[in-house]
Amino acid sequence: MPESASAISAPDAGEVRRVGDGASLRSLLGPLLFMGPATVLVVVFFFVPVVIVLAISLTDMSTATGFGSWKWVQFENYRKIVSHPNTGQVLGNTIKYVALTLSLFNVGMALVIALLTTHVPRRAGFLFRSLWLLPRLTPSVVYIMMWRYVAADAPYGILNRHLLGPLGIQPTNWLPAQPWLFVVLTNGFIGASFGMVIFTSAIESIHRDYMIAALVDGCSLWQRVRYVILPLIRWPLLFVTTYQTLSLLTSFEQILLLTDGQFGTEVWSLWAYHRALSNYWGNFQWGFGAALAAVLVLIGIVMALVYMRYFQFNQLIQEPKIEAL
Amino acid sequence: MDDRLGMGGRWRVLILLVALGVLTIPIVVGYVWIVISTFSQRTYGLVPVDALGQPGGLTLRNWSFLWADPNIWRVSLNSLVLAVGLTIGVVLVSSLAGYALSRISFPGRRIFLGTTLVLHAFPSVTLLIAIYFVLRWITRIPGLGRGIPIIGGFGYNTLGGVILVMLALQLPLGIWLMKGFFDHISWDIERAALIDGCSRLRTWWQIVLPQIKPGIAALSIFSFISGWNEFLIPYTYITDQQKSTIAAYLNSLLGDTAPVNYSQVAAVGLFQLIPVIIFFIFTQEYLLSIFAGGTKGGA
Repeated sequence: MPESASAISAPDAGEVRRVGDGASLRSLLGPLLFMGPATVLVVVFFFVPVVIVLAISLTDMSTATGFGSWKWVQFENYRKIVSHPNTGQVLGNTIKYVALTLSLFNVGMALVIALLTTHVPRRAGFLFRSLWLLPRLTPSVVYIMMWRYVAADAPYGILNRHLLGPLGIQPTNWLPAQPWLFVVLTNGFIGASFGMVIFTSAIESIHRDYMIAALVDGCSLWQRVRYVILPLIRWPLLFVTTYQTLSLLTSFEQILLLTDGQFGTEVWSLWAYHRALSNYWGNFQWGFGAALAAVLVLIGIVMALVYMRYFQFNQLIQEPKIEAL
Repeated sequence: MDDRLGMGGRWRVLILLVALGVLTIPIVVGYVWIVISTFSQRTYGLVPVDALGQPGGLTLRNWSFLWADPNIWRVSLNSLVLAVGLTIGVVLVSSLAGYALSRISFPGRRIFLGTTLVLHAFPSVTLLIAIYFVLRWITRIPGLGRGIPIIGGFGYNTLGGVILVMLALQLPLGIWLMKGFFDHISWDIERAALIDGCSRLRTWWQIVLPQIKPGIAALSIFSFISGWNEFLIPYTYITDQQKSTIAAYLNSLLGDTAPVNYSQVAAVGLFQLIPVIIFFIFTQEYLLSIFAGGTKGGA
């Protein structure tokens, strides 16, 4: 990134500041014009929804009650979550989904790809990183369609035909047979690119002196990774881990498309979505769904504030360059 | 010439490349299949076969949906409207707000910046249920909710409503990126313009925006691809097939109860993939950097 701007210091505010009522009115009108559209959108689609989701979670609103005859039920929906027979399984599924995808792909594979692509010729490394970005760019429906075909039963499926068939393994449709494998793979191959990009830039910004010192000391590749690179990128590692935990916890689009929660793959966010907005019976339980979503919203707010605090995002808030005019 | 340290010998590089290649196979295989499949009667694995299951059977018939299926052009047009509308909206609103946050001192600036950051980390997908209610309310606002040409309005079950929701959810990223770009350009010319009596708005439009064209290009590409690809939000908030997008349409083809004819569906999939691949080939550098900062929600 260019650094020209940061080298120039801000103008002396007092020198050029205009004083007077007309000027101060104009100085408020300007920001209003610039900030107005963004403010309205953020309020309408972030702040109001947070209030709505919390409010509706305290009602019994559903297709049965309509928008007219619902009533406040206090924490009834939350009590229902605790006592619901599916809660245990969905919670288990969610933990399984997040833990496996995070460790194997969003952090694990991301780190492996970042390390490998920074230790091969630059052009090759770039090519492979680009390829790993492809799943994220691909329309999710098309992407999931590809995976369904990979898993499909003989004679169509790619896995059966080209890998398991030659090994003599009985063909089947692997999606219902091993649903978790495909949930983790589909999400993982998308999720790995986030960490990959961050780890790569972290590895590439490690000072050359450390690498030279390690080479002079006769470090092997593995020792260099273990004792030089990993300790130096622990901060990005922690960031990716926490950030992706939250992303995975709330994401359900791929699971919706792949299994729609069948074969025991219903996770918390998908459960909320199913209950409130999309189920086969057409009975939308907005109150209960909102309570399920509210749990995630609260986790999201807390974790977002934690990032702000601990990853020192505050330091990014620098003073504006031209504030005097 | 590559001057990377500790590259090691030729053999080690080769081993690392092979390892990378093996790990990348699952990604590549899907794209190889989709291309082969669209030009075959059917495929066994990656092998094109004819109706009898013998290798061969190459055909262009799978692409007949382009003229035989009247829905495809309507849903493609809807997706295009969504992508273009989203791009214009995100770039305009983000660059306005980003400029103000970078250049103007006003009350509440720090609060707004902090909020933008927190929202950037916040998983907006959890708000889908609540936004459903917001959209239903907007529907009832006269002149805004429905009845607008092309986008249909900004309420529930309209393309405009979907654009508005996606626009709002992308704003934290957009504003943050734009502010970054504004922060990194010199303000000498701009200051001269302001001192000469040029208004803030005109300065923004004529002096500053032309200087951040690469930033605008990057954000535009990101927004366009997001809009073109988006499945979940149109799927959730649009119930009429007339107004649905190509992603939702493709999903309905896959979900039909009849056994899926993969080759025909794959052709529709490849059709949706084409613009993305074009962007991918020509703008990889942009995409690598922006999707790292821009990833939200999806895994």
